[in-house]
Amino acid sequence: MSNAVERTDVLVIGSGFGGAITAYHLAAGGAKVTVLERGPWLQSEEFEHDYKLGSSYTRAFDFTVGDGMSILGGNCVGGGSVVYFAAMPRAPRFVFDRHGSIGRRMWPSSVSRDTLEPWYDRVEESLSIEKQDWSDVSYAGGLWAAACNHSGRTANPLPAAVDNTKCVNCNFMMAGCRFEAKQSLLLNYLPAALAHGAEIRPLHEVQHITRTSDGDYQVHFNVVHDEDYRLQAGSGVIEAKIVVIAAGAGATPVILQRSEAHLGTMPHAVGRYFSGNGERLNTAIIDEEKAAALLGLDRGDGLAYAANAIGKGPTVANWDRLDGSLPEYHRYSLEQLYFPPGLGTILAQVPDATGPTWFGAEKKEILKNWPSWLTIFTMIEDDNEGVFGPPPATGNAHRISQQMLGRGNLRYDPTRNTQAAWDMSDAEVKEILEKDGLAKVMPWTNDLVGAYTVHPLASCRMGDDPHTSALDDRNELRGHPGIFVTDGSSVPGALTVNPAMTISALAERAVPGIVAAAQAKGINVSYGAPAPDGSRSGRKNVLPLLTGLTNR
Amino acid sequence: MTLEAYADTIIPGQKRSAEDRAIAGVTTGGGAVEAGALELLRWDATGIHDGLDDLADLANTHAEAYAAELGLDLDEDVPPFVALDYGHRVALIQRLTTPGHPEKDFWVMLSLFCNMAFDSAAHLHTAEAIADGHPGLVAMGLPHPGADGLVRFKEFGYGRELARLHPDTTPSGSPA
Repeated sequence: MSNAVERTDVLVIGSGFGGAITAYHLAAGGAKVTVLERGPWLQSEEFEHDYKLGSSYTRAFDFTVGDGMSILGGNCVGGGSVVYFAAMPRAPRFVFDRHGSIGRRMWPSSVSRDTLEPWYDRVEESLSIEKQDWSDVSYAGGLWAAACNHSGRTANPLPAAVDNTKCVNCNFMMAGCRFEAKQSLLLNYLPAALAHGAEIRPLHEVQHITRTSDGDYQVHFNVVHDEDYRLQAGSGVIEAKIVVIAAGAGATPVILQRSEAHLGTMPHAVGRYFSGNGERLNTAIIDEEKAAALLGLDRGDGLAYAANAIGKGPTVANWDRLDGSLPEYHRYSLEQLYFPPGLGTILAQVPDATGPTWFGAEKKEILKNWPSWLTIFTMIEDDNEGVFGPPPATGNAHRISQQMLGRGNLRYDPTRNTQAAWDMSDAEVKEILEKDGLAKVMPWTNDLVGAYTVHPLASCRMGDDPHTSALDDRNELRGHPGIFVTDGSSVPGALTVNPAMTISALAERAVPGIVAAAQAKGINVSYGAPAPDGSRSGRKNVLPLLTGLTNR
Repeated sequence: MTLEAYADTIIPGQKRSAEDRAIAGVTTGGGAVEAGALELLRWDATGIHDGLDDLADLANTHAEAYAAELGLDLDEDVPPFVALDYGHRVALIQRLTTPGHPEKDFWVMLSLFCNMAFDSAAHLHTAEAIADGHPGLVAMGLPHPGADGLVRFKEFGYGRELARLHPDTTPSGSPA
């Protein structure tokens, strides 16, 4: 590889929601945009229904084991959108008023549900998010709804970025959607960014960032081997006037930690206040006869349920506890979720076991009941107690397997607030599903790989207080003008619902400020692109808001 | 043989023959060993293939110490971990994987791959594994893909309202 330093206007690190959305708008506005993505660039026909190591199932994401917390995150062009389950609810109003561990409002005063609504609208238009109907709900979601109803509760089909006319309910979303039913970023923002001249470089893993004497930045990267991510195939440097970091909440702070020696002191909050979005999984083993008798469920052929494999991730959630009048740490949602074999089955525990709970003869017996498993995903309000230790030599983890598995330096010791909230939500899941003998339920064990999140947040969060936030309210890194962070790491704390919608809305909201910063550095770029498919109604509602987002 | 005994403790199976010592034989049907745990562990894609001999030695060292502590006489014809009966193998793995054990990470990872051999056959193409009667995937009832290797379900839901909506739901389906 040449030693010459390449140049671009805006360098975006990561191609998930935070990276793709900003890359599109800046490219559409006229900037030269380069996107570095550490994972491979997979095409739809490469998305396989195969659990073998080396298939898209393991190429497209990373499982990073930390000390007390493990993170499952996207690792491919399109990032989390390729492997997520496409549930796109807006965050409840009370979330933005949370105080959390700092004892005062965590979110910037300029961000609330009301001020974010126009940006949510933009995302909804861009990703074709639709309110799901009961006719779209999977057997598992229907079972969860019926169980909630049986215990006197409500239940809601989730809004989702899924085109149901294309969906075959294969439940292989985590390996990428072969049928292009899931509206991942590969189908909207990224092709639109490419059409406007953005360049995407897969298998480029950023090491660190340095500053030039002109106040611009140089981004130093390694090229990763396309099959064995433990190997490197070169390195290089790209110079940019503006850097947007959107590497994911498990990687963004690590890049900044590694850059501190070059860029100078990082804000205290970089690599601190990590939240796992308060996530936890409970596994229920459904009594099929009771499901028929108690809930009146029937899928023909004498089956009431036995449909764990069928569907499209989560389709129904219980939101009864999303009640702003309740105290903090008492509010959570309970969502039906599909979780595939291979990644967490080992963490499912045997209810009423006399021997070991997560392995052994009794575990084998419940595995035989796998079609009758129902997984419930709880999202509580945690205490942002995660802290990243010193960064590893490369990437965000020491890679163990050729793909997928690595050991990171995140430490997470749940506080009593977090543990009590988990206990409360676990108890409610048990109350709902064990009513009248419908099921036996046990939460996953945290003893093996710690807590487990698929929605890492807040490791580089925005806020008004420089002591507890790494970013200002426009997503710019404090003390490092021209570096913006737009991924889940910018979200101040747990959301009690799936976060992709909020991450995306915040990224949309950050764009005008990034454009203004780029203009100030002489880049000929403007704000005002429509949605990736050309729709314009979302844009109309955000244009009046720009003044507050571009003035320093 | 030690690694087989370890894998068999994670997901037990039935003995391959009357002389089988590695497999404890506490369940019927194939367990992690028959599912291919050793093939998966030895594949360099896992990243733990290099350290397997060391892990086996370490498991045996722990088994000897465990037996001495409990006053157990171990049959010297087989490695110490294999000489433990199933209940003691379970107790030892519980110790090794308990939070705070200095080697916990290694034993959890070994357990993880043993489990994956059974629950996802991560060393085999899924469609072929199911067609060949893989003991884990078949026991778990994983769906059979079509001729093109892809899974599809025509029927997927009950198709009717099964609960009241939360009263504070927006027209687009989000919490208000």
